[in-house]
Amino acid sequence: MTTMTDPPQGAFRLSMLFNDTRYRSYTFQFIALIALIAAFSYLGSNLFSNLAAAGLNISYNFLGTTAGYDINQTLVEYDSQSTNARAALVGILNTLLVAFLACATATVFGVIAGVLRLSKNWLVSRLMSFYVEIFRNIPVLIWILIIFTIMTAVMPGARSYLGAEPDRDLLFGMFAFTNRGVYAPAPIWLPGSGVVVATFIASIIAIVVYRRYATKVLYDTGKMLPTGWPSLAILLLPTLVVFFLMGRPIGLDMPDPLANRFNLQGGIQIGAPLIALWFALSIYTGAFIAENVRAGIQAISKGQTEAAGALGLRSGRIMSLVVLPQALRVIIPPLISQYLNITKNSSLAIAVGYADVTATLGGITLNQTGRAIECVLLLMLFYLTISLSISAIMNIYNNSVKLKER
Amino acid sequence: MSDKHATSVAFVRTEPVPPSPPPFTTSGPVKWAKDNLFSTPAYSVLTLAAAYVIYLILSSTMPWILNGVWSTSSLAECREVLNGVSGGCFSVLTERWNQLLFGFTYPVELYWRPMLAFVLLFVAAAPVMFFTLPRQLLLFTALFPFLAYYLIWGGTILTPLLALAGFLVGYVVYSRFVTGSFAMGFFGGVAAAIVVWFLGGFLIPENANDTAMLQAVPSRDLGGFMLNMMLGVACVSLSLPLGIALALGRQSDMPLIKWICVVFIEFIRGVPLITLLFVASVMLAYFFPPESSVDLFLRVVIMITVFSAAYIAEVIRGGLAALPRGQYEAADSLGLDYAQAMRLIILPQALKISIPGIVNVAVGLFKDTTLVSVISMFDLVGMIRGPILASTEWSGVYWELFGFAALLFFVVCYGISQYSQWLERQLATDHR
Repeated sequence: MTTMTDPPQGAFRLSMLFNDTRYRSYTFQFIALIALIAAFSYLGSNLFSNLAAAGLNISYNFLGTTAGYDINQTLVEYDSQSTNARAALVGILNTLLVAFLACATATVFGVIAGVLRLSKNWLVSRLMSFYVEIFRNIPVLIWILIIFTIMTAVMPGARSYLGAEPDRDLLFGMFAFTNRGVYAPAPIWLPGSGVVVATFIASIIAIVVYRRYATKVLYDTGKMLPTGWPSLAILLLPTLVVFFLMGRPIGLDMPDPLANRFNLQGGIQIGAPLIALWFALSIYTGAFIAENVRAGIQAISKGQTEAAGALGLRSGRIMSLVVLPQALRVIIPPLISQYLNITKNSSLAIAVGYADVTATLGGITLNQTGRAIECVLLLMLFYLTISLSISAIMNIYNNSVKLKER
Repeated sequence: MSDKHATSVAFVRTEPVPPSPPPFTTSGPVKWAKDNLFSTPAYSVLTLAAAYVIYLILSSTMPWILNGVWSTSSLAECREVLNGVSGGCFSVLTERWNQLLFGFTYPVELYWRPMLAFVLLFVAAAPVMFFTLPRQLLLFTALFPFLAYYLIWGGTILTPLLALAGFLVGYVVYSRFVTGSFAMGFFGGVAAAIVVWFLGGFLIPENANDTAMLQAVPSRDLGGFMLNMMLGVACVSLSLPLGIALALGRQSDMPLIKWICVVFIEFIRGVPLITLLFVASVMLAYFFPPESSVDLFLRVVIMITVFSAAYIAEVIRGGLAALPRGQYEAADSLGLDYAQAMRLIILPQALKISIPGIVNVAVGLFKDTTLVSVISMFDLVGMIRGPILASTEWSGVYWELFGFAALLFFVVCYGISQYSQWLERQLATDHR
């Protein structure tokens, strides 16, 4: 019945490209595309004329040539005759190592400080706010340098641990803190050690199974099975039994003050740069994590705590059963971005001479080969991969803990 | 009954007995300590542990600070004066304060110029930070970048004047055309400014710097804490508009624009600042025209700006996403076009929500300016690690120097974060 039609479509006019919302977005995108192409071709042509003027080209062949420099802390086999690619791999592993260590300890520091900052104990909460404010407001580079200075300038030389009557004794007979780093016992894996490790892993799985079973019994019958001492027993007993049955296949290689006149021998040496970087990143990021933890706990409304209290739960159980599960949903996303920050900040290793990927690929290799563009691009690619994969994991996690609403 | 009672009792008090003070243990400092420090045995242990930690910190630092030596000319002399007593050699600060603050090549007789610029920075920042100040002061804020450039670098006054003229012409063109369409006004303004700068470039004589009233100082002579402040202030203020543009672009309906912004933001956020500084120091020169030589300071400013813009964009995107959908629809139903809706309705609210995040990024960025020491620029940390600790007089004076650097950064960063908390309270319009 209605005679309403669309307004008459006039012929296409050029001004419609700017004034008609149907076409305007295409115009803008077209302009943006042109500008993008123009910018890239301008930069590209500059790049090629500069490279041609300098007699260079883009080539990744340098990765296959001999690196020619030594790295003192390596996780995989490496010597100065290895290739640059191998040096980059050593750097990548070192980056991942320090990032992993720092993430673990930063979480511990952060959770402790965050919870204690909410403590009703005035002195403790003030002390924790002091820690958080001090560490958050001073650049991490300064912290790394301060701790590196403590490690190298304050710690005694290895010599004071040496000899039959040393100036200093090893801590617990195992650890030596010297200006070259920390010496710690290293495990020695003898034949048969695999069985012990396998038993240990199996007991961890057994603990998980037992705890599930205890929960099921609790839900089905209302009986509470003890979980504390059985878990401990399952964890330790089988492993110890197997350990002695197999004839103690795992030993400890202690740092030995007597073996050498100039340096401690044996054990593993954790270099001062690694310690400085690890510890500085941990306490610096720990202060940020403490704030995240505090915010997460405070985000849970007081009504939740009071409701749990009204149900008769004790304060420890209120924390573990009611507050923390909800707070974790708030805490985890910023926590993961702090882990990302640690990974990226570990590139400051170059300031203290720890051989991470920035120091090997982006430092010595770059300076020796002069392949600035290639090295920096590879470096960026590495960090980008790490970042994107961590944020992908975070997205999966976020989706899995999202509030399931009707 | 009552009569009898009245006569049978010999004495009735007419005024109430004054209340006796509460017991000593339920009021005053004792009660406070009992409630806050020793409420349970576990808390008592914690309190004692905390007190011990505080004692350890104070007992090791206080004598060191109080015994400090302030007036010797080298570490060896200082050790002689101290004579084995624990104490800091703060004389490194009194002797090298100028290098720590201004770098070691900035001409000594010109220190008043950056000092003046630093003082004026507060005047320029005041109207932005405190909304009750007269709005006319914003005019000075707009002039400040040119003034600060002139004061710090010196040289001919024509350069900052030309830059200012470009902005003025651009603004005039913008306000002429913006009534028609925002895009036309904006791009017209940019084009006009570029034309002015290009043409003006021919007007400045080659040797203008030699006859200038203020002696010209090249960028490579900048250093010390001044360099950190300059990088921090310049990069934060430049990255804010860029960050807003990126955040809006990421929300855009146009797939190409959105795609460009997403790739840019994620790429920048995925790499550490150091790699970007490497780009600035070794790679960026390849991308400029062969005959041009852009100085390192400018290249670093570009990279740090780009870096913080990506982070600010994400913060602002959070603010945009936090706005209720109704605000966008309300703007549409008023018939506002995109630019008007953003400028008048959406951005003022979204930016308000984003303030704490933006300040966090700004503080982080200011701390990150220390990284330029890695690419051998002599900022505060670079000065300490390089010229001062390498000098024969002062090699080995670690704690005094690092403590000084830490103190400077702490004062600035803590001040900014306190300001941000105050601002949040000021801007809170919800009823709590």
